[in-house]
Amino acid sequence: MTDIVSPGQGVVVSKAPERRDIGLKRRYAAERRFRIYGIAAISFGLIFLAVLLTSVVSKGYTAFLQTAITLPIEFSEKTIDPNNKRATDPSVLIAANYSVLIRDAMVKTLNLNASSRPEVRDATAMISKGAPIQLRDMVVADPSLIGRTVNITLLADANVDSANKGQIDLKVDEKNRKVNDRQVGWMNQLAETGALHKKFNTGLFVNGNSSRPEAAGLGVALVGSLYLMLIVLVLSLPIGVAASIYLEEFAPKNKLTDLIEVNINNLAAVPSIVYGLLGLAVFINFAGLPRSASLVGGLVLTLMTLPTIIIATRAALRAVPPSIRSAALGLGASKMQMVFHHVLPLAMPGILTGTIIGLAHALGETAPLLLIGMVAFVANAPATPMEPSTALPVQVYMWANEAERAFVERTSGAIIVLLLFLILMNLGAILLRRRFERRW
Amino acid sequence: MNMLTEAAVEKAVDQKMNTIPYKMIGQDVSVYYGEKRALFDVKLNIRENTVTALIGPSGCGKSTFLRSLNRMNDTIDGCRVTGKITLDGEDIYDPDIDVVELRARVGMVFQKPNPFPKTIYENVAYGPRIHGLAKSKADMDQIVEHSLQRAGLWNEVKDRVHEAGTGLSGGQQQRLCIARAVAVSPEVILMDEPCSALDPIATAKVEELIHELRENYTIVIVTHSMQQAARVSQRTAMFHLGNLVEENDTDKMFTNPDDPRTQDYIMGRFG
Repeated sequence: MTDIVSPGQGVVVSKAPERRDIGLKRRYAAERRFRIYGIAAISFGLIFLAVLLTSVVSKGYTAFLQTAITLPIEFSEKTIDPNNKRATDPSVLIAANYSVLIRDAMVKTLNLNASSRPEVRDATAMISKGAPIQLRDMVVADPSLIGRTVNITLLADANVDSANKGQIDLKVDEKNRKVNDRQVGWMNQLAETGALHKKFNTGLFVNGNSSRPEAAGLGVALVGSLYLMLIVLVLSLPIGVAASIYLEEFAPKNKLTDLIEVNINNLAAVPSIVYGLLGLAVFINFAGLPRSASLVGGLVLTLMTLPTIIIATRAALRAVPPSIRSAALGLGASKMQMVFHHVLPLAMPGILTGTIIGLAHALGETAPLLLIGMVAFVANAPATPMEPSTALPVQVYMWANEAERAFVERTSGAIIVLLLFLILMNLGAILLRRRFERRW
Repeated sequence: MNMLTEAAVEKAVDQKMNTIPYKMIGQDVSVYYGEKRALFDVKLNIRENTVTALIGPSGCGKSTFLRSLNRMNDTIDGCRVTGKITLDGEDIYDPDIDVVELRARVGMVFQKPNPFPKTIYENVAYGPRIHGLAKSKADMDQIVEHSLQRAGLWNEVKDRVHEAGTGLSGGQQQRLCIARAVAVSPEVILMDEPCSALDPIATAKVEELIHELRENYTIVIVTHSMQQAARVSQRTAMFHLGNLVEENDTDKMFTNPDDPRTQDYIMGRFG
């Protein structure tokens, strides 16, 4: 470098002309300003994302734990089957009063005065009202339990659960809260012995809906959403890809195809609730498909997803360089061979990404499902797509409308599950794109 | 000295030119892109086993004419061809002629090397495979090796035929495209400025290759380079504004053209 600035002796260096003002300062300032706008825009988005995630996660993570109480339950024959008829009449085991077993166990564990009815009522209220059914199912499955005393873990009532998670303010006057001082005392007493503890909430993923928050789960919604996704994938991917290939590669470019293109783009912008109305009118009222069924939901979401997939696929097809098409045609490949041997494989990453984004969109869609009745209270998982079902976002919507304190965390918990699925799907999209991506 | 003998041989070939049969005949070929007319009644015949160079300034219609020889213009929306083009006396625009079969007989090499994003082997094997030219794997291996040898690429790639064709250098890619075209055993090979994206060394290799291919194939090449046209071709056709200005033996064309416009273009006065 020094050679340039210090030329040898006798070398004449040209004189620089006077510097012109070419507005460098202004240009660089404009660029700096633009960068700041960009960073501000991104930070703005990131802040909101962070707020959303923190709020959902901080409210929802507790939903994955559930307070349970382990009690030594005495399966006394006197209560379950006083007349010893179970050998001939198994229905005795179903009709028996299992609440008594729980009441007795509570009285014994907490040393209560069995004759004081309010005290006993408060104590049994700490156990979920679903617990007797749990005991019944155990006895029906294994009648040999009768006459034995077994430690059994029962779900705590939702209010106890909330109190145990610190979601109920115990400083509030006793009359204005769902858990009274006596129950709080028993909770502490049970917690000391380890009888009252938190366990992982498997019920959240397995159980159907329930009006008792502690027993309510996403099982039905998960199965319903799975059916929806399968139906949407199976229908919209082949239809969408076939439509795009035809429009992009085979159809003549004329007024009619222009019109179709405009319409597809417009369909992508139609509010989803309109698709719900369409589904209600066509699939339920006209075609007579069952209400609330995931089949109908899947069909409606397919209609909604198709434009997205078609637009993404056409963009992916258009991005394949024309030279590849010429190369194939120049070798004597037919149009069909050109498309399926060369263009489609190269467009695959784009098509898959579009499809998964469309599916993710469909997974989070609520409005059209409300209109076709998938907002029903469904307690048992649907065995087929023809049976009533709900979906994850609809379950979120339904729980958000519930009054109980315990449903707040469950709503957020359901949102976390939904977001996890969306993240998984997007991750899948990225991985697939990486796998199929080829350079040319 | 070698050059001299080569030139002498070429001269002898050129003198025999008039006895060589016509592989393709173009009669009053006009091409329209929508309303715009790109070619005006071109009469141009292509002789068998001869390299015919099409020269002329940009936008003169030489590529358009080339692409109408294997109906690649069909793929362009709104493109219309009138007149008559025959291959071995058969009208290639006849409704009975299958365009897929035509393109198997009239292959094409493009301006920019455009190998498929697949392995070298797959690039060459694709054409024979879709046309069912190989009966077995061994057959196909032989076709691939033979085609790569024809394209002068075999020695460079024989150890890596299963690697990506897009990983080759530009010149190698173009020779791969030539091998790919040769693999279908076409009768005519059309080349649309095959060296415009290549450096001089790669260009020299491709030109040498064209020279060798002439023995077995009829070649039509579009080029912007006068020197290239002079080096590789025996016949040259000069286009200007959609018209065929002159068609002649290359030697005559570059020494004593009949049309003053050819003279001007070759001298670099326009274009």
